Amino acid sequence: MWDNTVITMLLEGTRDTLYMTLMSTLFGYVFGLPMGIILAITDKEGICPNMVAYKILDFVANVIRSIPFLILLILVIPITKLVVGKSYGSTATIVPLVIAATPFIARMVESSLKEVDKGVIEAAQSMGAFIPTIIWKALLAEARTSLLVGVTIALGTVLGYSAMAGVVGGGGLGDIAIRYGYYRYQTDIMLLTIVILVVLVQIMQGLGMLLSKKLDRRRR
Amino acid sequence: MEPIIRVENLSKVFDAKSGRVDAVRNINFEIAKGDIFGIIGLSGAGKSTLVRCLNLLERPTSGNVYIKGKNLMDMSGKELRKTRRNIGMIFQNFNLLMQRNVLDNVCFPLEIAGVKRKEAKERAMELLKKVGLGDKAASYPAQLSGGQKQRVAIARVLANNPEILLCDEATSALDPQTTKSILNLLKSINEEYGITIVVITHEMRVVKNICSHVAVLNHGKLAEKGTVKEVFTNPKSSAAKVLILNDEEQDKFSGEVYEGNVG
Repeated sequence: MWDNTVITMLLEGTRDTLYMTLMSTLFGYVFGLPMGIILAITDKEGICPNMVAYKILDFVANVIRSIPFLILLILVIPITKLVVGKSYGSTATIVPLVIAATPFIARMVESSLKEVDKGVIEAAQSMGAFIPTIIWKALLAEARTSLLVGVTIALGTVLGYSAMAGVVGGGGLGDIAIRYGYYRYQTDIMLLTIVILVVLVQIMQGLGMLLSKKLDRRRR
Repeated sequence: MEPIIRVENLSKVFDAKSGRVDAVRNINFEIAKGDIFGIIGLSGAGKSTLVRCLNLLERPTSGNVYIKGKNLMDMSGKELRKTRRNIGMIFQNFNLLMQRNVLDNVCFPLEIAGVKRKEAKERAMELLKKVGLGDKAASYPAQLSGGQKQRVAIARVLANNPEILLCDEATSALDPQTTKSILNLLKSINEEYGITIVVITHEMRVVKNICSHVAVLNHGKLAEKGTVKEVFTNPKSSAAKVLILNDEEQDKFSGEVYEGNVG
């Protein structure tokens, strides 16, 4: 079974998984980062409290997060078709992945920003800083290590979700694992995909932690 | 002459879960330009709330705050931000940006004010030398002692050339020796630049050391105000008496401890 076709298939699977994971996380941040910032600043302890805005985003985040990914994947097929023109394959999987990742990322951004010392924000306000300046130079800059840890967690979670895309023919390692391991009883190929997934998560986790530590200036 | 700070019928009420809290109740006072004005009181007396009302970090429930004759309560967001650049503030916990080095911390208010990078750096360096930290420009706050952090905060606050400096328990996290050096620094700033300083503290020695005037706060109310000499030699309100007499007791006690150490 270790012929070229299998190796090529695994390589392509790895490529597809990485493609889905990276693109989905990237777009997840495109939507999730602003959403997280708005959640953090509109909360009643935030720098511009707005209960209506907070409650709406809070509700949206909770609703999406309570739908199991497998169901979401099927549920958003019409949207997927609208955005990418088809409902199967790696690129099509990115759409539900982004929808699932956005509120998750927003929550992590929100919690990272809420960890920033209130006193620092107060100091910036006392200097006459404009709200965007406070967000950019105080909140995001001070929370950067925590935000990076969040990116690492998001990558791992999206990678896990992307494996489920195999169910709808989404491509990637998860797809291979399900086709060979579940439908054809070829446990060895399934195990191999798991090994590759573990290695990928390890690398992401390791790099993320290294980077966040390197960028942290809070230690002596 | 128009006082630089005038507080009129100032009240602040918090609606806490446990009920209504009257943190500051109908307070009136004036501070003349160049004064070092102390506000003392036990913890919970409303000192921090009061000082936060002076730059509207806390919006008063009622009353007015005039800075150089202009009412902060009437200002637009833009005007208020501009006025705040003229009112520096330092804090008990320093509130430095932990991810920025010392020099960039001092540059922060200049960035906010839109000063060019190069110019800002030069000014920041000059100020760091002024507070005795010229050699720490590249260090990060986590590498500094409490006293050094407060010096950075002072350099930072001076960057915009403020006319007013608010100090919220600025020495309360520091040991007596460091407190002394920070107070000396504040005093020299007051003398050199003519900056009006408002000092919030529960430590009587801070008031005795540097203040010209003092106000005693008790349960959100102004119990007494006057020159430091008047209030300390002849306290009239019971709140002032408690604070000042207790403090003398403590001085006697710590005096004995010091003598004991020497002996």
